[in-house]
Amino acid sequence: MIFLFFMLSAIMVISALFVVFSKSPINNVIFLIICFIAMAGHYILLNAQFLAVVHIIVYTGAIMVLFLFVIMLLNLNKAIIPQKSRLTRIMAVITGGIFFLVLLAATRQTFEIHARYPFTSEIGLVANVGKTLFHEFLLPFELSSVLFLSAMVGAVMFGKKDHPNEAE
Amino acid sequence: MDWTLYIYKTIFLFIILLVTLLVAMYSTYGERKVAAFMQDRRGPNRAGPFGLLQPLADGVKMFMKEEIIPLSANRILFILGPSIAMTTALLTGVVIPWGGTLTIGGREFSMQIADLNIGILYVFAMVSIGVYGIMIGGWASNNKYALYGSIRAASQMISYELAMGLSIVALVITTGSLSLHEIVQQQHGMHWNIFYQPLGFLLFLTCAFAETNRAPFDLPECETELVGGYHTEYSSMKLGFYLFAEYINMFISSAVIATLYLGGYNMPFIHQLGLSPNAVTLLGTAFFFMKILFMIFLFMWIRWTLPRFRYDQLMNLGWKGLIPLAIFNILATGVFYYLNELF
Repeated sequence: MIFLFFMLSAIMVISALFVVFSKSPINNVIFLIICFIAMAGHYILLNAQFLAVVHIIVYTGAIMVLFLFVIMLLNLNKAIIPQKSRLTRIMAVITGGIFFLVLLAATRQTFEIHARYPFTSEIGLVANVGKTLFHEFLLPFELSSVLFLSAMVGAVMFGKKDHPNEAE
Repeated sequence: MDWTLYIYKTIFLFIILLVTLLVAMYSTYGERKVAAFMQDRRGPNRAGPFGLLQPLADGVKMFMKEEIIPLSANRILFILGPSIAMTTALLTGVVIPWGGTLTIGGREFSMQIADLNIGILYVFAMVSIGVYGIMIGGWASNNKYALYGSIRAASQMISYELAMGLSIVALVITTGSLSLHEIVQQQHGMHWNIFYQPLGFLLFLTCAFAETNRAPFDLPECETELVGGYHTEYSSMKLGFYLFAEYINMFISSAVIATLYLGGYNMPFIHQLGLSPNAVTLLGTAFFFMKILFMIFLFMWIRWTLPRFRYDQLMNLGWKGLIPLAIFNILATGVFYYLNELF
């Protein structure tokens, strides 16, 4: 188990580094896919099979396919990636730093979470995830689905905007 | 460590692998024979009796052909494409319950490699990774027809995965379990899910056709528009892997349909025959394979009967036809079971 954990972690970290440093967009996406699959492996080690499979279906199977799709359609190559201006870069560093702070804060909170929700090996099984989502976290769950719905409506609006006459 | 179980699982894994490859191999033969029958021809009849050695001859031909990797292609991804297609096609067979339990030397062995409690979702995960085989292969070829083919394949598979998932939700409401083993056990006798979920069955079947890129949804390899689609640039056994993966997918999706909707290895009146438990299990497996073969025949039957869809028709059918129907199916099933609990 420990060997598997370290192997998966190594794959994850190395492929994540390649995502950041690789120049060709298609390689970035492929390394991100590898990273996600290794992450699903971590979920399985935690006995959270449902999360692992949903992670693969949603992130690896749907979202990354869309990423790959866009890159293929635009036929992005390393030659045509535009250099960002200095202001954009500084802003990117600041935003990234703030996000990192948020992540750190969230990690600190996990100690309290452990006390409130002690880890059991069955926590990630589908029945338990369902019960938790639909009892304890029902409101956030429904709210996030409303958020998704609004995003969907927004996407449809964007898609229709260009052809007001053809849509008729 | 339970070594007997490990040894049994390993042997069983190899048997399933061989059977999958064998069925896929003879599906190519079957396809040509069915096509010949429908078009009033004889079909392959030169290699061996009734042309039975034709798949072997085809395989040898595939291996012997010159292997060409286009100069402008991305070599690594070009090889990775068919590998992913083949691997994910083979991985799905792991969760399918091929039969009941066998008793060997006083111990019970299940005829299923892994009984995951999320069996159906695992199948979906493998199908969704399978898209990459086609996408990466098509992109790496650096050929516009291959790119069109792979983009078509990807958009088609994403669109139909939605309807497929939604049709499964209704099934899960009926069965109350995601484990394929439990779903099959609930369908003992003639309690097949097709009688409880007829609409869901039709939706799932249609989506399975689209997911395996079979006619009438074989637009990714539409010859009249795209030469060979995503495998235009492929030759030799790499092309063979793509074609072979399609037949394996057909076999596996037939097995999944038979498991989910047609009762799996359950055979009506099997327990009235008075056979020993092992014989019952083996007979059930044989019956399961009969169902699978019938589904494969259905795949071929439809391929040689229906003309190909146009691309916009395909998307309209998926998004405006199948998805609303699937949502209606979920609502109807949910309301039915809710009322069932109330009264």
